[in-house]
Amino acid sequence: MRQLLGIRGLSAPEALAILDEAPRYQDVAEQPVPRVPILLGRTVTHLFLEPSTRTHASFQLATRRLSAEPLSFAPGTSSLTKRETFLDTARTLASMAPDIIVVRSRETGAPAVLAREIPDASVVNAGDGMNEHPTQALLDAFTIRERRGRIEGLRVAIVGDLLHSRVFRSNARLLTLLGAEVRCSGPPTLIPPGLERLGVRPFLRPEEALADADAVMVLRIQIERMHGPSIPSEREYYEEFGLTSERLALTRDAIVLHPGPLNRGVEISSAVADGPQSVILDQVRNGVAVRMAVLAEIARSRPRRTGDG
Amino acid sequence: MAEPPVLIRGARVVDPAAGLDGIRDLRLAEGKVAAVGLGLVEPGDVVFEAAGLVAAPGFCDMHVHFREPGFEYQETVASGAAAAVAGGFTAVACMANTDPVNDNPSITAHIRQLAADAGLARVWPIGATTRGMRGERITEFGCLRRAGAVAVSDDGLPVRDPAVMRRALEYARLFDLPVIEHCETLELTGDGAMREGAVATEAGLPGIPAASEFIAVERNIALAEVTGSRLHIAHLGTARSAAAVRRAKAAGLRVTAEVTPHHLLLNEEAAGGCDTAAKMKPPLASEADRAALVEATADGTVDAIATDHAPHHEDEKKLCFQSAPFGIVGLETAVPLVLDRLVMPGTISLADAVRLLSVGPLRILGRPGGDLKPGSPADITLLDLESSTTVRPESFRSRGRSTPFAGLELRGQVAATWVGGRLVFSR
Repeated sequence: MRQLLGIRGLSAPEALAILDEAPRYQDVAEQPVPRVPILLGRTVTHLFLEPSTRTHASFQLATRRLSAEPLSFAPGTSSLTKRETFLDTARTLASMAPDIIVVRSRETGAPAVLAREIPDASVVNAGDGMNEHPTQALLDAFTIRERRGRIEGLRVAIVGDLLHSRVFRSNARLLTLLGAEVRCSGPPTLIPPGLERLGVRPFLRPEEALADADAVMVLRIQIERMHGPSIPSEREYYEEFGLTSERLALTRDAIVLHPGPLNRGVEISSAVADGPQSVILDQVRNGVAVRMAVLAEIARSRPRRTGDG
Repeated sequence: MAEPPVLIRGARVVDPAAGLDGIRDLRLAEGKVAAVGLGLVEPGDVVFEAAGLVAAPGFCDMHVHFREPGFEYQETVASGAAAAVAGGFTAVACMANTDPVNDNPSITAHIRQLAADAGLARVWPIGATTRGMRGERITEFGCLRRAGAVAVSDDGLPVRDPAVMRRALEYARLFDLPVIEHCETLELTGDGAMREGAVATEAGLPGIPAASEFIAVERNIALAEVTGSRLHIAHLGTARSAAAVRRAKAAGLRVTAEVTPHHLLLNEEAAGGCDTAAKMKPPLASEADRAALVEATADGTVDAIATDHAPHHEDEKKLCFQSAPFGIVGLETAVPLVLDRLVMPGTISLADAVRLLSVGPLRILGRPGGDLKPGSPADITLLDLESSTTVRPESFRSRGRSTPFAGLELRGQVAATWVGGRLVFSR
């Protein structure tokens, strides 16, 4: 795997290879010095063009634990505020360290544009617009497999803002690729047309999507992404779609996932978020290991340059 | 400057207005068609051998953007006019979204002067419908017309307020000017970047619903009905828009419409890979819509094929899909596309193509031409239906290079173009 632009384009064996490798990196976290020299001497550039706390932190930790040099650029601190185009910023960074670029952007397709314009670099998508967030989907799949032992044949319910969610698109692709049945639900204003192309079934009522589910993925209601309010109020959203203990009882003792950050009392009740079925903190922990596996896998495909490290 | 008479010898002359399709000589003198017949050569004629080629009345692209004044890095009147004649268009009508906006006669006159200096295609400015294209107060249609404007339009900034639109349509009757409207409901478009539907959902791009267009089409047709005015609908992009135009015509309204080659030949799938050369307004439609647009073109609902030639700088089109501007170039690809993809398969006849590219748009704009009668302007488009070309943006005369047809091999191309009896392009 030379880069990771999305789950689209990834094969099932490639995805499984990452999930199989990840436990190795979980073990690294347990060591007294949680560091392995796999990426020693390499540079991993973090180009975060959209505010991100947890994904950025997770990639930074993954980079450090692999002994690579992290190089971080965020809009507030970089020349992006000086009207430089993101391509020029990326080219500048790539001239310093043409290695691995982790990119997060508001814009769909930004990682693909980077990969096209800087062919020497390996690009890892850390979330682009409404499109994909492949490492999130991989860590979600890893977490589900860790708790349920498999993905194939499971029924997974995804509830929330399906229209704007890149977490949804990547998860829909990966879970169906690995043989799960994906059912989803959200307000009609936030369900895009043609979901069958992603291999998932939409339901108007969350109860129908949740019925007999083995895992439930609750999506964040992203007020900041909406063009005009698509829901009348957070209170009503909670009434109609919030994952409460009552709704969770419709599932087959499903585990509960959430990509964070949580809006307690909006898409999920605190009782569920903090309850025994919640694996939300496992997701965060697994995220570092899965991202280490992704970076290591990509580094393996890149020949080391003379003079590197 | 007197041009010597030109004799285009032995061409297949296609003049649908005269019901003519046959081998003829075509004699041009003093900027006009002097004669159509056989054995017309006279001493002193500049003879152009055209055996095996098709001569048609000069084509007119009634919807282009020439960016000057204000955005000369994207296109100038001269570069646009060069692209026009190379693409077989002897005349174009250019939209008003320059900087400053063409909302007053001095800008109109300036554009006409730039076109005269270039000396290639006829360039007819379209005045803005409202001052600054702000959608509030209508412009001086009379002054604009006297300065050379052939229509009014706010194009990409459609008139939102129905009262302003009504006023524009009513007032235009004084001058019999067509009001050209880019039909879009901006509130429904929102931040949309491509047609809403399964392809946009899969691509993770915000969608533009079809209703954004057809609601505006239906509103504007209703206003054309209550005012009895001339309304021209720019670039049809949905089946429902085409059906509305068909109904309006059947009801006897003075409504006309154009369609672009890209809306006839591509559907939304072309944008699914985030290729910015497939980003334009209206967005590429569903396959059902595309097929309905072809049908409307073949059955006479559509009056004109226009390109909406919208050049942008390469750097702008290199951005991500959402940030990249809407619009692609079309002047240098339209005629080969129409010949190869519509005429060769028999979807429309060659006479239909000439009607849609020449007579149709010229009648809407109230300009002479569109036929080869003696006394008509000596604007001629000469076509070679046999030879093939590959679309190579790097060799365009236009400063814009963004086209979804790059690399396509097309049979049928423009062999030569005369404007006012003067050879302005030959391959």
